[in-house]
Amino acid sequence: MEVNHDVIAHLAELSNFAVTDQESAHLTSDLKGIISYISQLDELDTNGVEPTYQVFEMENVWRKDEILPQDADREQLLGLAKEVQDHQIKVPKVL
Amino acid sequence: MKTASKEVKAVKLVQDALDKAHRYQEDYHIFNFFNDVAALKKAAEIDNKIAKGEKVGRLAGVPYAVKDNFLSPEGETTASALILEGFTSPITATAIKKLEDEGAIMIGRTNMDAFAHGSSTENSYYGPTKNSKDLARVAGGSSGGSAVAVALDIVEFATGTDTGGSIRQPASFNGIYGLKPTYGAISRYGVVAMASSTDCVGFFTQNAEDLDLLMSITAGRDSKDLTTLPDFYGQDKETFNDPIKKIGVIKDFDNEAVDPQIREALRRKVAALQEKGHEIIELDMPALKYALAAYYIIVPAEVASNLSRHDGIRYGYRSEHAQTLNELYENTRNEGFMAENKRRIMIGNFVLSSGFYDAYYLKAAKARTMIIDEYNKAFKQCDFILTPVSPNPAFRLGEKVNDPVAMYLEDLMSVSLNLAGVPGLAIPAGETASGLSLGLQLVGPRRSDAALVKFAAALEHEPSHLQDDHFDGGKA
Repeated sequence: MEVNHDVIAHLAELSNFAVTDQESAHLTSDLKGIISYISQLDELDTNGVEPTYQVFEMENVWRKDEILPQDADREQLLGLAKEVQDHQIKVPKVL
Repeated sequence: MKTASKEVKAVKLVQDALDKAHRYQEDYHIFNFFNDVAALKKAAEIDNKIAKGEKVGRLAGVPYAVKDNFLSPEGETTASALILEGFTSPITATAIKKLEDEGAIMIGRTNMDAFAHGSSTENSYYGPTKNSKDLARVAGGSSGGSAVAVALDIVEFATGTDTGGSIRQPASFNGIYGLKPTYGAISRYGVVAMASSTDCVGFFTQNAEDLDLLMSITAGRDSKDLTTLPDFYGQDKETFNDPIKKIGVIKDFDNEAVDPQIREALRRKVAALQEKGHEIIELDMPALKYALAAYYIIVPAEVASNLSRHDGIRYGYRSEHAQTLNELYENTRNEGFMAENKRRIMIGNFVLSSGFYDAYYLKAAKARTMIIDEYNKAFKQCDFILTPVSPNPAFRLGEKVNDPVAMYLEDLMSVSLNLAGVPGLAIPAGETASGLSLGLQLVGPRRSDAALVKFAAALEHEPSHLQDDHFDGGKA
């Protein structure tokens, strides 16, 4: 696949970055190199092999349906935000 | 480990460590934060308890350093990234809590590659950490600050995280021990996530026995991290009690891409093991050749997902150049992440995007199965595997930082362990002619951590005359 300015712009959008033209040029060359490297997996015959996403078998873990004490309270967590008003996090306008 | 007692005051231990830490900071740039006031206060409390004859923990008054991606209220947890600037955690990572409960005293937070993306600690927003043996060279990474803090004897142990070699490689670049435990051995609760299916909490120490103590304190099931394994540390099967081991060496890792001094260190260690009666078994593990490519697909995919939470809204850095919500996300992320963070997030979104998922992500997940199968097969033939940690000793600052693929190749021999979930222990293996540290890694099957540590300790205490400390050009 050809990695060009449009591909970078698309990936930047998926990644929520505002990429400048200069950065885009660097990223194009970097990502080309990386994708070329990882593409060597093509050589490996994986026919009939099941994928692994997690190394240990996951099992369902049950616990009692009760509220456990939390490590941080609401005010502490709100205190981490840059702008808070009426116990809510303030953000710029959406549109 | 030197703990506090009636004779040795915790305040003295902590003050000495802090003095050293401050003294080395200008040259080596090891710490992002010094915990002076709180550390001395805790030390005084421990001295008080000891004076009154009260019970203290197994790490009473032992100063230690914390990689800056473990959450705790002491200072800001930045993961060496601008985007976490100003973030002081209200919660404490389980691993830190367990250490502190035993009386260990955090003297500071150590530098790292931002979000642990890197193999040199040069990708830190706060600048690189220097190698303990040569100021012109990298510390290794991503846990470079922690490795150098232990190597320079500022502290006797430090925490690290290892997603693809981030403990083992800096340990070997600085001549110390570094353990990446079995996946799920130690809780990841309160650790800044990089790649959830490969991230491991582990330690740097100056000897193997200290790892045993630290593992027995920190390993175990945690209800706050449901990927932690049921308690297993120290409960080894009897087969591991035999002092004579079968040690596997991987044929493919002995090639021209590996520095001759590292190959020589491996040969010396193999000869020393044989001399002591251990059996050496040559292993053919062809799928490992693809581990790095699989790793740099799987890990970026998980990185892209984990780092999507950093949006400038709830905590950390927020861009001041934004009129709308979307601009706020985009500018915050663009200004707050380092170039390598962006590359990994974008590669992750690439391999996960429709049209490329099957060719990259699914393919890598299948390669991962093959790598696991190869390890399973290998451990039917041998107890442990001995390999180099990295293809070369510490490289020069700036040498690879602008060439992402060259930097990724650093991880060639370390990432397969993370994909397979098996433990790896970096052990010192002498020095190069110019005095740089050399390291090797012992790899064991899942849950063999205690046996691995015990074996490394046995090797440490019975040094062989064949284990020459200095590289002599391969004439040995």
